Amino acid sequence: MANRMSIVLFSGTVDKLFAVSTLTAGAVAMGMDVDIFLTFWGLNAFRKDQVRTNVRFSSDFAEFAEPALQAMKAKNVSHWLDTLNQAREIGNVRVQACSMTMELFGWHLEDLDPIVEDVTGVATFVQIAQEGEVTLFI
Amino acid sequence: MAVQHIDKEIDARGSFCPGPLLELIRGVKSIEVGQTVQVLSSDPGSNRDIPAWIQKAQHEFLGSFPENGYVRFVVRKAH
Repeated sequence: MANRMSIVLFSGTVDKLFAVSTLTAGAVAMGMDVDIFLTFWGLNAFRKDQVRTNVRFSSDFAEFAEPALQAMKAKNVSHWLDTLNQAREIGNVRVQACSMTMELFGWHLEDLDPIVEDVTGVATFVQIAQEGEVTLFI
Repeated sequence: MAVQHIDKEIDARGSFCPGPLLELIRGVKSIEVGQTVQVLSSDPGSNRDIPAWIQKAQHEFLGSFPENGYVRFVVRKAH
């Protein structure tokens, strides 16, 4: 049975989204299932109206934002959502939304990118993570 | 050097980790057991990841061949 990497994605900056998509791809490449739990700014980043246009960057590293985004464009680096979708073609990647954040901001599943399968509660996610070998908070 | 018959060639040069590895995995998925895939990669991370994946996934590693600025990896789908 495949082992599992569980990721709580709290952050909504593209540098961290990029890291999450790369880790997810690496995990599925090595035969792990990946469960991603979107909350707060991570959840916000998957809203249909933002998902492709978001260019927020970690503010401590603001001076790297422009060069990093330019380099990614020049070097044809895939968008983080495309990498996630590719990972999903290769292995089991499940992306779920935190119900609390959804309620707080009044969002609905249809507002989010279709990669988000479901809305779930924290206890469900904790149980998923408990069954896995790796849990990350990003 | 023996010339290998290649069933599928993937040119992932210029693509970044995890690109080449993901393309290789998709390539292997798309061929029949016993067929071979060749992937070209210029990314140093992928050049480590690719042999590691081949071993982990238990396919037949037919070799890595350094070329000018990139490496060719040849894999036979074992199962």
